[in-house]
Amino acid sequence: MTDATLHDGQPAPRKSSLHQLDALTKKRNAAESRFKAYGIVAILIGLFFLVVLTVTIVRSGIPAFTQTVVAVEFTLTQEQFDDAESKLMKTGAYQDYFIAAMEGKLAERGIEMDFDPAAIERLLGKIGSNLREHYRANPGDLGRPVSFELSASSRVDGYFNGRVTRDTLVESRFLMLSDLDLVDALSDAGLLKQAFNWNFITGADSGVDNPGGAGIGASVVGSFFMMLVVLVLSLPIGVAASIYLEEFAPKNRFTDLIEVNISNLAAVPSIVFGILGLAVFIQFMHLPQSAPLVGGLVLTLMTLPTIIISTRASLKAVPPSIRDAALGVGASKMQAVFHHVLPLAMPGILTGTIIGLAQALGETAPLLLIGMVGFVARGYPDGFLDGFVEPNSAMPAQIYTWAARSDVAFYDKAWGGIIVLLVFLLAMNFVAIVLRRRFERRW
Amino acid sequence: MPLLWLIVIVTALAAAGFFAGRARALQSAGGNIRDLHSLPSYYGWNVALKALVPAGGLLLVWLLAQPLYVNATVSATLPEAAIAEGSSRDLLMAEVRRTAAGLDSAVAQGLLSADEARDPQADPDAVSERLKEAGQIITSQITRPILDAAQMFRAMNATGALIMDFAVLAAALAGLGFGLRETQREFRARNTVEQGVRALLLAAASIAILTTLGIVLSLVFNTWEFFRLYPATDFFFGTTWAPSFSGRGGASELGILPLLWGTIYISIVALTFSVPVGLFSAIYLSEYATPRVRSVVKPLLEVLAGIPTIVYGLFALLTVGPLLVGVFGKDGLNIMQSGTAVMTAGLVMGIMLIPFVSSLSDDIINAVPQSLRDGSYGLGATQSETIRQVVLPAALPGIVGAILLAASRAIGETMIVVLGAGAAARLSLNPFEAMTTITAKIVSQLTGDADFASPEALVAFALGMTLFVLTLGLNVFALYIVRKYREQYE
Repeated sequence: MTDATLHDGQPAPRKSSLHQLDALTKKRNAAESRFKAYGIVAILIGLFFLVVLTVTIVRSGIPAFTQTVVAVEFTLTQEQFDDAESKLMKTGAYQDYFIAAMEGKLAERGIEMDFDPAAIERLLGKIGSNLREHYRANPGDLGRPVSFELSASSRVDGYFNGRVTRDTLVESRFLMLSDLDLVDALSDAGLLKQAFNWNFITGADSGVDNPGGAGIGASVVGSFFMMLVVLVLSLPIGVAASIYLEEFAPKNRFTDLIEVNISNLAAVPSIVFGILGLAVFIQFMHLPQSAPLVGGLVLTLMTLPTIIISTRASLKAVPPSIRDAALGVGASKMQAVFHHVLPLAMPGILTGTIIGLAQALGETAPLLLIGMVGFVARGYPDGFLDGFVEPNSAMPAQIYTWAARSDVAFYDKAWGGIIVLLVFLLAMNFVAIVLRRRFERRW
Repeated sequence: MPLLWLIVIVTALAAAGFFAGRARALQSAGGNIRDLHSLPSYYGWNVALKALVPAGGLLLVWLLAQPLYVNATVSATLPEAAIAEGSSRDLLMAEVRRTAAGLDSAVAQGLLSADEARDPQADPDAVSERLKEAGQIITSQITRPILDAAQMFRAMNATGALIMDFAVLAAALAGLGFGLRETQREFRARNTVEQGVRALLLAAASIAILTTLGIVLSLVFNTWEFFRLYPATDFFFGTTWAPSFSGRGGASELGILPLLWGTIYISIVALTFSVPVGLFSAIYLSEYATPRVRSVVKPLLEVLAGIPTIVYGLFALLTVGPLLVGVFGKDGLNIMQSGTAVMTAGLVMGIMLIPFVSSLSDDIINAVPQSLRDGSYGLGATQSETIRQVVLPAALPGIVGAILLAASRAIGETMIVVLGAGAAARLSLNPFEAMTTITAKIVSQLTGDADFASPEALVAFALGMTLFVLTLGLNVFALYIVRKYREQYE
C-alpha cells in the first residue's frame, strides 16, 4: 500500500503486459531452467557411471567364462599304447602321437605346418600326461576314436579376445610369435573352438604362472562357510539385542551407552574390524589364520549394527495396538513380544538380515588382515566341519589376489570373479525385495 | 571328545530336561493343567535353560581361558637360553605351537604313534624329520627345548580338554537336577524363565559394548607397545615414511604425515567430485522430479552404494587409471606417470560417494517443512530461488553433517586406495602422482607375516588408532549436527 502511494503522481509505470516478459523475468526464468539443468546433469553423471561400470564389468568379465579348446579326434591303438608305456619318456611318446594326429588333421584340410613339441607345450600345456592319464584310466577307449578337448593356454584366449596382438606380443617362454601362426592355422582348420570354462566356476585358485587354470569355486565355498557363521551368529544376537533395546530396555545410562555404541560401530571403517579380528581372534585367542570361522566372526561383529538398526525399525513398525491387545487378554510382556510382535516383524527382520549378509559378502578389507590373501586355496575343504577351520579364501579376497598379481591374464579372472560375486549379491537383494513385496504390511 | 559331540550331548540333555520338566510338572498337578502356576512348557523351558545356559557359558569361558593359561604356563618354562639372538619369547612360542599342531596332525594321519609323540626321550632331529615327511610346515629344525615345550603344550591341552568335558557335563547335569527338583505345582516357572530370557537379551545387546571395548583395547595395547619401540613424536610429526624391510632393523622411518596427507588429499578429490553431483541429484530428486522419475532414479543411484568396494578398486586399477594415463600421461599432457594416482582413487571414490551424499541430503531436504517453501512462493520467488535462498539455508547444517559423514567414509575406505592410489608415500601437491593412505599402509604392514614384535608391524595399530579416532570424531560431530538440525523442525 505504501508502494502505491509512493508511485502516485509519477509517470505511469512500464507498459508491460503479463504476456510480455521483461528482462528481469527472462533472466530469472533462465536461472530457473539452468538450475534445473544442473540437477538433471548431476543425475545423468551418476547414471552414466553406473552404466559405464556395468558395461566394463560385463565386457571385461565375460572372457573369464570362455576358454579356447583344441578339439581333436584321436585314436590310440593297443600297440601304440604298449609301445609308449615301454618307453623311458612315456608322456613324450603320447605327445608325439598327438602331434602326428594333429598334423594329419591339418594336412587333410590342405594346410602345411610344421611345429615343434615345445610350441605345442606352450599352447596346450603338458598334453602327454593328460592323454596318458585318460588311457590308463579308460583302457576301453584304446583303438576307438576319442574326441579330446584340450584347453589352450590363457595367452591364446587373450589372442582371440584382443588382449594379445601380434604387434604388442613380447616373446617369452609362455608364447612365441611363431606360435600365433600355428594358432591361426589351427583356427582355419576348425580345430580351435570356444567352450564354456567350467573350471572357472568349480575350480580352485592356481599358481601365479597358470592363469588359465584359476577358478573361483573354492573361494565361493569359503565365502559360503563365512556367511553361515555370520548368519548363525548375527541373526539371533541381532534380533535379541533389538528386542531388548526396543521392548524392554529401561531408560538409563547403560541403555544409552549401548545405543551410542551401536550407532558408532555402524560407522567404524571396516578395516578397523580387521585389526580387531587380527588382535583378538588371532593374536590373543590363537584361532587359525585364514580360516572362514575367523572371517565369519569379524564380519559378524561388522554386520551386527546394520542388522540391529534394521530389526529395530521393523519392530517399531508393528503398531502398539498389537501389544496392547495381547497384554489385554492376559499375555505377559515377554509373551506379547515373542508370540505377536516378533512374528509380525519377521519379514522386515529377514529382509534386513539378507541385506546385511550381502554387505558382508562383498567386504574385503578385514579379510586382508586376517590372512585370507597371498595364500592359494588348493581345493575344497575335506568335510563340513573342516570347512570352518581349514584355511580358505573368500570371493572378494580371491578377486583382490588376482588383481594384485603382475600377470595381466589374471585381470580377466578378477573381472569374471566380480561377475560371480555380483550375481550372488543380486540374487540376495532380489530375495530381499521379493520378501518385502510379498510380506510387507501397511498398518 | 570332539567339541561338537560335547555340544550335541549338552543340547540333548537340555532337550531331555524340557520333556522331563514338563512331565514332572503335570504329574505334580495330577494331570490337571489348571492347578499349575504356569503353562506346562514353561516348566520344561526352565529345566532346559538351567541345563543349557550355565554349561554353555562355562564351555565358552573355558575355551577362551584355556589357551591363554596353557600358553602362559608353557611360555614360562622355556629357558632363557633357548631364545635365539634377535628372536623373542613370543616367536619361540609360535614355533612351539606349530610343532604341537604338527605332532597332532601327524598322529591323526597315523604317521606317528601317540606314544612316540609323547616320548620325552625322542630325538628332536628325528621328530622334525618325521614331521617334514608328514607334510607339516616346520620353519626350522626343532630343538630340545621346543620339543619339550611342545610336548608339555600338548599334554596340558589334552588334560585341559578332558577336565573341561567333565566340568561342562557336570554343570549341565547339575543344572538339570536343580531345575527338576524345583519343578513343583506352585513354582513360578513363567516368571523365572522370562527373567532368564531377559538376561540373555541384555547379554546380546551388550555385545556392542564388548565390540567397542575390544577395538579400543586391541588398538591401545598395541599402540602402546609401538610407542615403546618408536618415539611418538617421530610418528606424529615425521615427514618420511620408509619402513625398512630387513626385519628388525632400527632404520625405519615411520612418520604419519605423508600418509595423512595422502588420505586427506584423496578424500578432498573424492568430495569435490561427489558433493556437487550428489547434492544436485538430491535437489532435483526431492524438488523437481515427478514421483515416477524418483521411484526409478533413486534406487538406480543407490545401486552404486551397494556395489562392493573391491569392484570399485578394480575399476580404478584397470579402467579409470589407464584412461587417465591416456589423457594426462606420456601421449597426452605428460603429467601422469602411471595409472595409480590420487586422481584415479579420488575419482572412483567420488563415484562411490555420490549415492551416499545424495540420499542423506535428500532426507534432509525433505525434512524442511513445506510451509517455508509455500511462504517463499507466496512472495513470488521462482522454484530455484526458493531452493537457493530458503530450502538450502534451512537444510545447510544437515547437509554439512552429510558431507562430514561422507568424508569419514572416504577416510576409512580401503580397497579403492589399495588398488588405485599406489604405494609411494609422499608429500606432494600433484594429484596425478601416486600417493598412499593410512588404510593402504595398514593393509601392507599387516598382511603376510604374523610377527607382532617389530615396530614395522606394530605401526599398523598406531595407524589404526589414528584412523579410528579421526573417523569417530567426524561421525560424532556429524551426527550431532544432523540430530540438532532435525529436532529444529520437529
